[in-house]
Amino acid sequence: MSANHSLPGPDNITRVMLPNGITILTRSNFNSPSATLSGYLNAGSLFDSDEKLGLADFTTSALMRGTERHTFEQIYDSLESVGASLGFSAGTHTAGFSGRALVEDLPLLFELLAEALRTPTFPEDEIERLRSQLLTGLAIRAQDTGDMASMAFDKLIFAGHPYSRPDDGYPETVRAIRRKDMVDFRHRTFGPQGMTIAVVGAVEAGFVVEQVSRVLGDWQNTQQPLVPELPPVRALKKARRKNVRLPGKSQSDIMVGAVGPSRHAPEYMPASLGNSVLGQFGMMGRIGDVVREQSGLAYYAYSSLSAGAGPGTWEVSAGVNPANVEKAIELILAELKLFVEKGVTKEELQDSQDNFVGRLPLSMESNGGVTAWA
Amino acid sequence: MTDLTQVTLKNGLKVLLKEIHTAPLISHWLWYRVGSKDEPTGKTGISHWVEHMQFKGTPQFPASVLDKAIAREGGQWNAFTFMDWTTYYETMPADKIDLALRLEADRMANSIFDLEEVESERTVIIAEREGSENEPLSLLGEAIQHAAFRIHPYHHEVIGDMADLRTITRDDLYNHYRSYYVPNNAVLAVAGDFETKKMLARIKELFEPIKAGPTPPRLKRPEPEPVGEIRLTVEGPEETAYLQVSYRAPGASDPDFYPLAVLDSLLAGPSNLNMFGGGGVSNKTSRLYRALIDKGLAVSVHGGSSATIDPFLYTFVITAHPEKTPEIALAALDAEIKRIQDEPPSAEDVARAIKQARAMFAFGTENITNQAFWLAYAEMFADYSWFTSYLARLAAVTPAEVQRAAQTYLRTKNRIVGIYLPVDGGGDE
Repeated sequence: MSANHSLPGPDNITRVMLPNGITILTRSNFNSPSATLSGYLNAGSLFDSDEKLGLADFTTSALMRGTERHTFEQIYDSLESVGASLGFSAGTHTAGFSGRALVEDLPLLFELLAEALRTPTFPEDEIERLRSQLLTGLAIRAQDTGDMASMAFDKLIFAGHPYSRPDDGYPETVRAIRRKDMVDFRHRTFGPQGMTIAVVGAVEAGFVVEQVSRVLGDWQNTQQPLVPELPPVRALKKARRKNVRLPGKSQSDIMVGAVGPSRHAPEYMPASLGNSVLGQFGMMGRIGDVVREQSGLAYYAYSSLSAGAGPGTWEVSAGVNPANVEKAIELILAELKLFVEKGVTKEELQDSQDNFVGRLPLSMESNGGVTAWA
Repeated sequence: MTDLTQVTLKNGLKVLLKEIHTAPLISHWLWYRVGSKDEPTGKTGISHWVEHMQFKGTPQFPASVLDKAIAREGGQWNAFTFMDWTTYYETMPADKIDLALRLEADRMANSIFDLEEVESERTVIIAEREGSENEPLSLLGEAIQHAAFRIHPYHHEVIGDMADLRTITRDDLYNHYRSYYVPNNAVLAVAGDFETKKMLARIKELFEPIKAGPTPPRLKRPEPEPVGEIRLTVEGPEETAYLQVSYRAPGASDPDFYPLAVLDSLLAGPSNLNMFGGGGVSNKTSRLYRALIDKGLAVSVHGGSSATIDPFLYTFVITAHPEKTPEIALAALDAEIKRIQDEPPSAEDVARAIKQARAMFAFGTENITNQAFWLAYAEMFADYSWFTSYLARLAAVTPAEVQRAAQTYLRTKNRIVGIYLPVDGGGDE
């Protein structure tokens, strides 16, 4: 037995806040000569207008297409030559980044991260290339039964709320985005306030803090806006349903659910354990048992709780033959009714509690697993 | 870190043990030498279906007890069926691993294959197949595989053909299970936080009483030399066109596997061989990305092969640009292939591919599950030294060997070109 048997916690994670507001979280793990980096800043699609929805996503995707010091090709040549990776993507609240490298190449990741955040040039030709890729992604999404079910679900659940919108926009809104929009978006929303960066790997905490300070310590943005206030979600008065028809598909995707608690709500942990019983524990919980094991209707049938800074969703998802859609929905609704009316048994609760505690060491077995908790 | 311990039990079960004390975890893998390559026409998909039935319980561990027991202990478990093999794994907190050992020893011989469970699983597997039929690239890949292998059983997908999924019986499944799930056809690998002596004693106690069976034969129907390029189209609902070009490529134990891995890195970016973790490296400076995506002829390109026993396929998948045809991308691909056939890569290019592979190997060792996976994975098509010598073998590849591999394998006659043509795209609400 040797070191590093302890779970990550305050005694082995270093947390430092730089004077400009950047929070650094770092944990050493010398088991493998590699390191993982991830983090976010408050620059998500919440800042997008309806007309240019997808701007946060497009902007973050374009950050590494060229900087004041390096071209697209130079950036990726330096990364790929050493088997390292770094990428950005936007969510609703945040723009996130993640990367990994052999520890000897970690300084390269920090430098490219800072360059991409602080001095991207958004070259016109690269933007157009990227636009074609994003539009193709949206065309593929339009034919994906799971994606379309999920989008229709969000539209119903979050009607009138920013969460009803897909972060990557629609073809017409992505076409409407100009280079100037991206330059403005980055200039306005990107900054050190509220930025978090986590590094786990074969490095000492001091080295990480020194590196981040070196490349981002003098970053300022006095105009950085406050995170937009979210309007409340209006609960549905009665059940609503929407069918999206995609001809020629051999399987339909179903999503059934409701608004769920935010990650900060006191109900989050009870809901999370309840969700485990409902559609996760063992072979996908009660839902998996009824829809898959007993009825043989689906290869996957489970429930999930998606919670973040704002209201989340709590839903059941299943993929079934188009002829079995109604039957599957009936089974799911009956199971939800039972769950709502009768709750869970003492034994079921204990099982899920044991699982939540027991699985912690496993979820932390890689550097990426640890940074995901930061 | 200790060395590997390799033992063959009296009943023929091969055991590989490796102590790794970096985390309080143990990952346990049991591999069987059976996969879709062992399935004759009429029984396609049977290996994968047997794998599903292995989760349906034994008298000692009924289905409902089994998954709950693992989940309660915070374990993770799953199984995979491939063309050449089937594998089951559990990664558990170190002090709970005995459950996994008892469970795997038990279901090596005692699974029930209840008729009702077989019938309900039939429709689950049909649903699994219908799910992949929703994906244009699955449809295209299946058509290409079918065209590439007329004789060899690699011609069908692991999931099996719908006709067989409808007709395979409980007895077919049970016989398949009893024939192939014998200790002398299996390899057991455990890596993690244990003491080898104790672990081996426990494995012997649980597994050695299981009787050996006749060594199951493997279906051998070698594919003859191709007689020419094959071209095909698949049509379906979609808005996007795809191009897949697959070249017949050697098996993993062939010395040419290594120059081909370097060639893959150069042309399409490095492939990640790790099953868990390791992450990918982007391919934006690969030759094909530059020729296709930078030039605006396509929106994505990927390349890759699988480590297989028999010769399989080295494949490029290209997503067409919305304003360009797949044929234009094919012409650009051909030009790049000709370039590497005409001129060997530089020594720097080859060195770069090796550094990329080294990084991905390091990422893969962060994770106990992945390390345990590697212990016996290579046993399925070579042996453990295939894994331990992989980087050195790669580092020994010369530019001339890469060029020769391109000349040998990336020939027009040696390939299948498939195009997915979108028809009737667009849905409504």
